[in-house]
Amino acid sequence: MTNILNEIGIENYIFLSVILFCIGVFGVLYRRNAIIVFMSIEIMLNAVNLLFVAFSTYHQDAQGQVFVFFSMAVAAAEVAVGLAILVSIFRNLGSIDINNLKNLKG
Amino acid sequence: MNTLIAIIGLGVLCLLFEIFDARKAIIPIAVIGLLAILGLDISEYNAAPAFYYNNMIVVGKYSTTFSALFIILTIFLVSLGHKFYENRPTKLSDFIAIKIFLLAGAVAMVSFGNLAMFFLGIEVLSIALYVLASSNRTSIKSNEAGLKYFLMGSFASGIILFGICLIYGAMGTFDITEISELSRSAELPIWFPIGIVLLFIGMLFKIAAVPFHFWAPDVYEGSPSLTTALMSTLAKVVAIATLYKLVKTMNADISPSFQLVIVIVSIASMTVGNIMALRQINVKRMLAFSGISHAGFMLMTLLSTAKSSGTLLYYTSAYALAGIAAFSVILYVCKTRENEDITNFHGLGKNNPLMAAVLTASLLSMAGIPIFGGFFAKLFLFTQTIQAGFIALVIVAVINSIISVGYYFKLILAMYTKEPNEAKIPASKVYLAVAIIAIALNIAMGLCPSFVLDLL
Repeated sequence: MTNILNEIGIENYIFLSVILFCIGVFGVLYRRNAIIVFMSIEIMLNAVNLLFVAFSTYHQDAQGQVFVFFSMAVAAAEVAVGLAILVSIFRNLGSIDINNLKNLKG
Repeated sequence: MNTLIAIIGLGVLCLLFEIFDARKAIIPIAVIGLLAILGLDISEYNAAPAFYYNNMIVVGKYSTTFSALFIILTIFLVSLGHKFYENRPTKLSDFIAIKIFLLAGAVAMVSFGNLAMFFLGIEVLSIALYVLASSNRTSIKSNEAGLKYFLMGSFASGIILFGICLIYGAMGTFDITEISELSRSAELPIWFPIGIVLLFIGMLFKIAAVPFHFWAPDVYEGSPSLTTALMSTLAKVVAIATLYKLVKTMNADISPSFQLVIVIVSIASMTVGNIMALRQINVKRMLAFSGISHAGFMLMTLLSTAKSSGTLLYYTSAYALAGIAAFSVILYVCKTRENEDITNFHGLGKNNPLMAAVLTASLLSMAGIPIFGGFFAKLFLFTQTIQAGFIALVIVAVINSIISVGYYFKLILAMYTKEPNEAKIPASKVYLAVAIIAIALNIAMGLCPSFVLDLL
């Protein structure tokens, strides 16, 4: 494993993760469909997971890989709650476009 | 550690009570259990700092005192649920259990010794809050608040996770004492400061400080009132206590540029919060902006981390107890109303003088008028900040305290000078009891401030 990391270099893993993370951030900021926003959040979290595994190999230390399991479990729980909220919004409004949610203002 | 296990056990017990058809016993058992856990927590106060599970959890004075505050707040919030959820008896055990699990996340957040535990704690707390925010599922406002809170919360979690990842990349460990030792060495990769900044931004989202505050008013307004009470007291106090611990333990030497950022964020939060609160007509929205400005005040403690933990404890307790008292009156007044507009409070001083007096007292405490805890909280905070050498910041903070009196008195005047527009609502014993106990604790804190201040 170290050989591969030596050939590619840790920096490239960081760049890849940062690019994926930014794609996720811009997805959250600019897309109006709630499902796609959820997917963008998942991209953000998975970019971090990728970087955790890369750093774990870089440091020859298993803690980072264990952390990935925690963060995957947490992300799954989070999305379950998010989808439940989305279902109740769809029942009330009949759409999942975020632009329709403008009742709270002031 | 025992506190955390006992809290989780109590949460499971609440769910079991529903299965065995003992719905009436849930709230009494939860309150008694939480009181017992409070005793357990206090018994660990004088012991030497203990480390559990390879430093995953560190139990010391800081974690036990703040856990005690969280447990007291949860006792109040659980007892308020007795009246608030009376129309939805079948869901009672879920609501109480979620609140107790939320408390478990809160305790894990202040007693973490490892960033993994910190992340799990913050997620347990946040996920429980997403559920509570959208728990009124037939109301479109509650749905909207839940979705907004969910999107902003998981966005912030992603940023925090990225920060943790970069810190891990720079240090090769998640343990905060090791990180603190390594951060003193000269050669650090650039990832470490970037990671700290991302972690800080994520936590500012959670405590709703400017410029990451925009979600708070909408979410506070749309959520069910009891959840708003929880968010503006417990969740805010937990987030600021955790941020304080992170800043204190992870970078022992705070650089001047970081201090400048804290000063700017603090001034911006106070000013924006107070000025926006002046023009609100919805009381929950007004208290949301008031919470943003209080977050700015609490951030001032980060400027002198060496000795300000007692002040932070005092400020957070005074703010949270006043918040609980204010919200129990709001719950009582707006129980049968459509919204929480200020017109609903007209004539409360005539209809129900006791409730009006409690609300007045809690608002005066938030504004910082003497004998109430809030005044001494601000006094100690300002003294400490002047000693740390930030006189300009204190001047802005004093001006902001004066501005804040404006909108607190708007509500007080509405209660006493306007004529009531509706018949008297029958008083509720639970709301009244919680309101009076919370404000009595607040006044007691104001009468002997050294008791709380010397705990840390």
